[in-house]
Amino acid sequence: MTLLPETTQKKLGLVIDLDVCVGCHACVVNCKEWNTGGYGAPLSDVEPYGDNPSGAWLNRIHTFEITPADAPAQIVHFPKSCLHCEDAPCVTVCPTGASYKRSEDGIVLVEEDKCIGCGLCAWACPYGAREMDPVENVMKKCTLCVDRIYNDNLLEIDRTPACVKTCPANARHFGDFADPNSAVSIMTLERGGYDLMPEMDTKPVNKYLPPRPKANPATAASESKQLAPAFAPKAGEGLLGWIDRALEKLG
Amino acid sequence: MHPAVSVIFFTVTSGVGLGLMFLLGLGWPMHEGMIPVLLSCILAGGLTVAGLISSTFHLGHPERAWRAFSQWRSSWLSREGVLAVVTLTLFGIYSLAWAFFDMRIELLGYVISILAALTVYATAMIYAQLKTVPNWNSQLTPLCYLAFSLAGGVILASAIGSAEMMLSLPTPILSAIALVIAWLAKLIWWSRAGKIGFSATGSDTGTATGLGKIGKVKLFEKPHSGENYLTKEMVHQIGRKHANKLRLIALVLGLAMPLVLCFLALSTGAIVPLLILGFISMMAGLFAERWLFFAEAKHAVSLFY
Repeated sequence: MTLLPETTQKKLGLVIDLDVCVGCHACVVNCKEWNTGGYGAPLSDVEPYGDNPSGAWLNRIHTFEITPADAPAQIVHFPKSCLHCEDAPCVTVCPTGASYKRSEDGIVLVEEDKCIGCGLCAWACPYGAREMDPVENVMKKCTLCVDRIYNDNLLEIDRTPACVKTCPANARHFGDFADPNSAVSIMTLERGGYDLMPEMDTKPVNKYLPPRPKANPATAASESKQLAPAFAPKAGEGLLGWIDRALEKLG
Repeated sequence: MHPAVSVIFFTVTSGVGLGLMFLLGLGWPMHEGMIPVLLSCILAGGLTVAGLISSTFHLGHPERAWRAFSQWRSSWLSREGVLAVVTLTLFGIYSLAWAFFDMRIELLGYVISILAALTVYATAMIYAQLKTVPNWNSQLTPLCYLAFSLAGGVILASAIGSAEMMLSLPTPILSAIALVIAWLAKLIWWSRAGKIGFSATGSDTGTATGLGKIGKVKLFEKPHSGENYLTKEMVHQIGRKHANKLRLIALVLGLAMPLVLCFLALSTGAIVPLLILGFISMMAGLFAERWLFFAEAKHAVSLFY
């Protein structure tokens, strides 16, 4: 059913901390690893070892350079996957009902047996979160690892999306945004978590935490003079004291 | 956006077929007799069906295409499919009654005309609804689709129909007027598309990443070294390379040539062959126009690349 639910009981999603992400692509690899054997058809590659490799991925990391007006440029690694939008335009355009948003937890999924591979949902998504599988010809997207988070065969600690589980820097967090006391809600509130392209009116569930402001080296240099006052240079005794006095005399 | 030949063929051909169907439904006079009536109806229905069949070639799973009739409550693509099938079914009944029982059911004809117009509108709305593609996201898009559909229908009906005058104008003149109106609409569309960029939503790489608040944002490294589905489908660049030449080709073949042929048809009286030539030229021009419709459209996801 491609009509969107009025509200969802839970709003499951991710917080991605751009201050912490080191751009190692471990989440990308573990996402592919889990999802090629889990929900739906395998995530295929074309010419993986050839001249022109390509394939379907549910999570990709871009790297951006930001140049602030009054500070040096900085690099930000930027993981991007489905944001499980509340007003998901990819769902309403689907002609077959293959795309849907679950009313219980808000996860946006594709029922692959119904997908005709028209690609219109990928056109409707401003984030590039959906990719057509080049071999199966059905639309693939992040499932929020729906087959992990409710999986009783896994230890409770492992019932979290593959990308979150694997992140070595702890830059990714999974939780319920409908609960104001959840870790993801608190993080979003305290760190000023934001939506991507809010002007597209998609109301994304996933939130991004901005990189913390970097110190300006000009001010940082003057600060370093006061660093470690306990170790301020004072040489009165021994060899160092003699060298100090000798050098002072040289003017 | 990637210009898929099957979709270009679909929108142009079905559009013209439905344009002719619209005029037949309104009662445009055709030559009498079973064979001429059948041929006229087969032309309108055939063009529409050919386009619809072509559109399924663009699907990953055409064998599941029937599922696309289910979500008409939310999806313009589904609405288009439902409307096309209902219109064609009613037109089939209309055609059979007309050809074999010499009954041109007026009321059914009007219903078919309304449905044919709605089908073209729904086709255009598949593109016009997309906020992610500002070039398309305008009511000018369905206006152009409807105007081209009507112009194609008028030229075809003038060529194969029995009327010499319609709306107290000679049919080649009416064809010329319909053509000029359609291309005027397209010129307005092009002028808007040339200016709009992402200004309507104010999106740029800064809002796409949310990092614009810190400073100027530019891509440092792509997620993968090669191409991917997104870059091939939505960050398609190569089709835009010859945009100016293609616009000229579209205008010469789609507007100038058919106009000359319309006036030649009027002055020489050889209406049928010259208008059919004009129709073929217009179709060639429309293929170029529709190629550009896709190739020149920029998608929001390109802001990440």
